[in-house]
Amino acid sequence: MTSSATTSVPHDGTDAEARPVSAEERRILGLPASSWPGIIAPVVIGIIALTAWELTVRIKGIPHYILPGPILIVQTLWNDWATLSESLLITLRITFAALIAAIAVGVSLAIIFTQSKWLEKSLFPYAVILQVTPVVSIAPLIIIWVGDINLSLLICAWIVAFFPILSNTILGLNSADHNLINLFQLYRASRWQTLRYLRLPAALPYFLGGLKISGGLALIGAVVAEFVAGTGGSASGLAYRILESGYRLQIPRMFAALLLISLSGIAIFFLTSWIAHLALRHWHESAVRREN
Amino acid sequence: MTIAPVASATNARPLVSIRDVSKQFANGTIAIRGVDLDLREAEFVSLLGPSGCGKSTLLRIIAGLGAPSAGTVDWPTSAHDASGEAHPDLGFVFQDPTLMPWANALKNTMLPLTLAAVSKNEAEERAAEMLALVGLKGFEKSYPRELSGGMKMRVSIARALVTHPKILLMDEPFAALDEITRHKLNDDLLGLWWQNRFTAVFVTHSVFESVYLSQRIVVMAARPGRVMADLQNDAPYPRDALFRTSADYAHLCRAASETLKRAIAA
Repeated sequence: MTSSATTSVPHDGTDAEARPVSAEERRILGLPASSWPGIIAPVVIGIIALTAWELTVRIKGIPHYILPGPILIVQTLWNDWATLSESLLITLRITFAALIAAIAVGVSLAIIFTQSKWLEKSLFPYAVILQVTPVVSIAPLIIIWVGDINLSLLICAWIVAFFPILSNTILGLNSADHNLINLFQLYRASRWQTLRYLRLPAALPYFLGGLKISGGLALIGAVVAEFVAGTGGSASGLAYRILESGYRLQIPRMFAALLLISLSGIAIFFLTSWIAHLALRHWHESAVRREN
Repeated sequence: MTIAPVASATNARPLVSIRDVSKQFANGTIAIRGVDLDLREAEFVSLLGPSGCGKSTLLRIIAGLGAPSAGTVDWPTSAHDASGEAHPDLGFVFQDPTLMPWANALKNTMLPLTLAAVSKNEAEERAAEMLALVGLKGFEKSYPRELSGGMKMRVSIARALVTHPKILLMDEPFAALDEITRHKLNDDLLGLWWQNRFTAVFVTHSVFESVYLSQRIVVMAARPGRVMADLQNDAPYPRDALFRTSADYAHLCRAASETLKRAIAA
């Protein structure tokens, strides 16, 4: 009679069976078979469009200073790689420096704002003003004031990039489960402990969502600022190459630079998505693969 | 085997002494009014009542989550800090498992120890021990999303018990589970209580659950929330499936049910 309650708690089969069973799917080149159509379809569309473009240019005899064909663009990219890669590096350096600064300032400000409602109330409107003012319109001022061209470009790109990280991280820090906050109170957790063990992890998916947006925005900010600086004759990033090619009617080179900007944007998007996936794959709905 | 009002004269100092506690929310709603209650060491008490009777509010006040509008909650035998505030050893189980989705079962169970700055090795060891005790050996590395509702609740209970608290406060912990899982968890909870001898305070709206689990059933009524009856349930432990199907159990449930009905009508 006493045994059932005094022995240690047994396993219940009904619960244990609820564990997900991973089904083995057939893999082709390391990717699950079901994901291939999603890769093949856009690639086919791309090939068709590029072929049509090349054929149109050749059949109609469109001069290359109006519209170069894709083959000529790739050739130009190859031939001018020395100049273009240098510009690419400059643009990417500014983009990533701006993104890192955006993360540092955005996250720090978000943490400070959630610790003090008054600070948030007094400073947040200015963050909004900074965000809604078009960077093109303040870039000339920044370039004049700062003097150093790289630093001004960095500041411009940072202004564009930091807001999504700030607002998303604030949202995330404030969205920790209310009962969990109570639990932390119950165990007399310090502010720092609540931040470290509860608010920051809870904010991570939101922060990463902001990072995905900011990655693209940092590139846009860097390019826009380069345009402004480029019209003044300084700077040497990809945007400057586009301007320069425009003046000289080197349209294939313009397209090649454009192609590099697009590829950089895509690469940044995949990089941030990959980081988000790595960080969230164990627990967050957005990154978890479901069987049903 | 009877269900009878608790005899008021007890000599031992209670673990918690609740005196004339009322709670009025900012919007004017009176959640509870004039509650007097002593909770003794190692007893299993259910707070039974319809929804809106303030049983969860009372539980949260005992836990120190939200001060009462009037009245006092004293912990005569617990440690107090310099300002006279009591620091009771307590565990709390919410209606939802309330686990951190980013942490595995072991990390979730360790939380109270981590917050108390217990060394990582010791915390891991104690948490693993507690997980094994609630029947989750082998699931230490599982994330909450990989666990069923019942297993998540087990992690929640393990987390509440990992500090070996003097009192375990539970707010309708099994209400969202299916009946089979709930019965299983009821049995396992009784096993844990029987072995560890903490004071258990169990909020429920189920007469059957309260009679099955507890030695004492505090019946509450709503609008305003107040204590209507304090029943002693002296059916012997251990209680098991046999007890659940016995005539005694049915009889006790009917008695408690009638008290509850009278309480609601009053």
